[in-house]
Amino acid sequence: MTKYVLKRIGMALLTLLIITFLLFLLVRIMPGNPFPSERMSAEQIANKRAEMGLDDPILTQFVRYMGNVLRGDFGKGTSLYNGAPIKTVLSTAISNSFRIGGIAILLGTLVGLLLGVTAALNKGKFLDGFCTVFSILGVCVPSYVFLIFLQYTFSFKIPFFPYFFDPSRFAFSAIIPAVSLSLFTMSTIARFTRNEMVEVFDSDYVRLAEAKGMYGRGLVMKHVLRNALIPIVTVLAPLVVDLLTGALVVEKIYGINGIGKLMVDAIAGEGIDYNYVLALGILYSALYIGIMLVVDLLYGVLDPRIRVSAKGEEA
Amino acid sequence: MAKKNAQPAAAAAYVPVKEDFVLLSQRDIRTDANFASQSYWKGVFTHFFRNRRAVVGLVIITVIILLAIFGPMMNAFGYRDIVQYRNEKNKRVVAKGISPQIPALHKLLTGEELEGNFSEYTFLFGTDDLGRDLWTRTWYGARVSLLIAFVTIIIDMIIGMSYGLISGYFGGMVDNVMQRFVEIANSVPRLVIVSVLAIFMPKGMGLVIVALLLTEWIGMSKIARAEMLKIKEQEYVLASRTLGARSNHIIFKEILPNTIGPIITQVMFSIPTAIFTEAFLSFVGVGIVLPQCSVGTLIEDGFNNITTLPYQILPPIIVLALLMLGFNFIGDGLREALAPKLEDM
Repeated sequence: MTKYVLKRIGMALLTLLIITFLLFLLVRIMPGNPFPSERMSAEQIANKRAEMGLDDPILTQFVRYMGNVLRGDFGKGTSLYNGAPIKTVLSTAISNSFRIGGIAILLGTLVGLLLGVTAALNKGKFLDGFCTVFSILGVCVPSYVFLIFLQYTFSFKIPFFPYFFDPSRFAFSAIIPAVSLSLFTMSTIARFTRNEMVEVFDSDYVRLAEAKGMYGRGLVMKHVLRNALIPIVTVLAPLVVDLLTGALVVEKIYGINGIGKLMVDAIAGEGIDYNYVLALGILYSALYIGIMLVVDLLYGVLDPRIRVSAKGEEA
Repeated sequence: MAKKNAQPAAAAAYVPVKEDFVLLSQRDIRTDANFASQSYWKGVFTHFFRNRRAVVGLVIITVIILLAIFGPMMNAFGYRDIVQYRNEKNKRVVAKGISPQIPALHKLLTGEELEGNFSEYTFLFGTDDLGRDLWTRTWYGARVSLLIAFVTIIIDMIIGMSYGLISGYFGGMVDNVMQRFVEIANSVPRLVIVSVLAIFMPKGMGLVIVALLLTEWIGMSKIARAEMLKIKEQEYVLASRTLGARSNHIIFKEILPNTIGPIITQVMFSIPTAIFTEAFLSFVGVGIVLPQCSVGTLIEDGFNNITTLPYQILPPIIVLALLMLGFNFIGDGLREALAPKLEDM
């Protein structure tokens, strides 16, 4: 098991390194230069280039950049925020995004599980139908549309929540974006939980457990839910990733200073900020690969058969 | 017939005579109509059309596609035309921000004529803040979104399918290398691909198409590979190889037709993803550029005017949601029809 975990982690790190290098290469071989040429003479630009080490071989540059990144230094932005150090901007952004994203994931998973279990236990009844309609709606409508509606209704028509994100009242102003972000997760989890549980209820081992005299909560918790959870964990990973994408627009609309808004500003603004694109690209890739890794390992914990087959693979 | 005659024989020992054994003529043979065997695709079709949701999805998508083709032609306004006229004093009067109106219906319901400068016009979805007809724009946008989705997904299907089939067929070293590449390609978040593309390419339709081309083929290739692994050990492949068929022939002529079902299902799920992505990119501002419009830019326009013209955002959102719904229903229906469970039979 330890060997399997280490191998997975090693693979993930290697993949991340390759992706980082490709990103670095792509951003560096860009045509044009990062300095506003109309305001600087050729000599100044040459000096600046030498000072920033842009004339060194690409590999040397990459090693230096990675060294800085590992120390948490992403350099400075070229056009965003007047060239403030990316580290400062990024740390605020990460904290905002992660808190709101975390609330959304938690909310989505818990309510989704609850809805799914309720629907499965009331299969074919009104609650089941309600859950189905809800999950269809949640999957078909993008999170930013929910945000627009919530914002319009509860901040504009009924001015109860703030219209834009207000960091000084975090908890209060995080409600609208977190709820709208969580709806997709919620509906997907609800649908999956319901279908999985209905399937598990029909399985032979649940029938056996029932025959042994188990019923009610014990049966649902111990046999049905645990086995239904395994596939749910696999959908959770792409969901978290989708959340990252959705958060981009949600943060932009609601004016949250998060990594999503930063990304939009970096690519969709007047000039493209290469250093931010690079830093955020690395961050997003690391997050993505990290999530995939965690889910892979979690899957092994939940389903002993995978551990066994992984062991067989090693032998 | 013969059996009927033989019935009383159970009582008294019956000695069969020669006449009992007659050849059944062709017309006496009856096939079992209730449990008749039918061809694979016919079975899939029956199953698909028996699924209420799948049919609903098909109807929704058909209606939207028809409207996307013919909708913009249904009135006189172009998608970039500003509805306006010059009044007596030769001043421009622009149909800015008119809420949905149907003069005839208004008269029927209230008995009064509509008032205002454009009271004789029908604006089913109203007009936007610049005075463009939203009915035309909505369907034109739907057309652009659908076109992008279809074109990219079909190209993705071809790339992904070939990649997956080749990787699965050859196995060994080829498969290993090809799968490592997929693994790395799959570990790059779509957002990062888009942001890097935004550096290299001008904003617009091209960027959306390339972004989709670079990401959506991976899912297809995985499915194609899995199908290939399932099929390649079957006897008919061996037979074909024994007869001297080349790999090319086996992969694309023998095996491909048998993997098409799951791939089409994947296409049905990829199209809404593509539409979603397009809407998302256009909303963020790196997708479709003015004066073109797509579902995404229309939602953005609606969002920008939401406090003054709240009805403007509704049509594109509803179209987007219905597209997602329809394609998902069709995909689900296809998946069930291709691999029916015993209990559904």
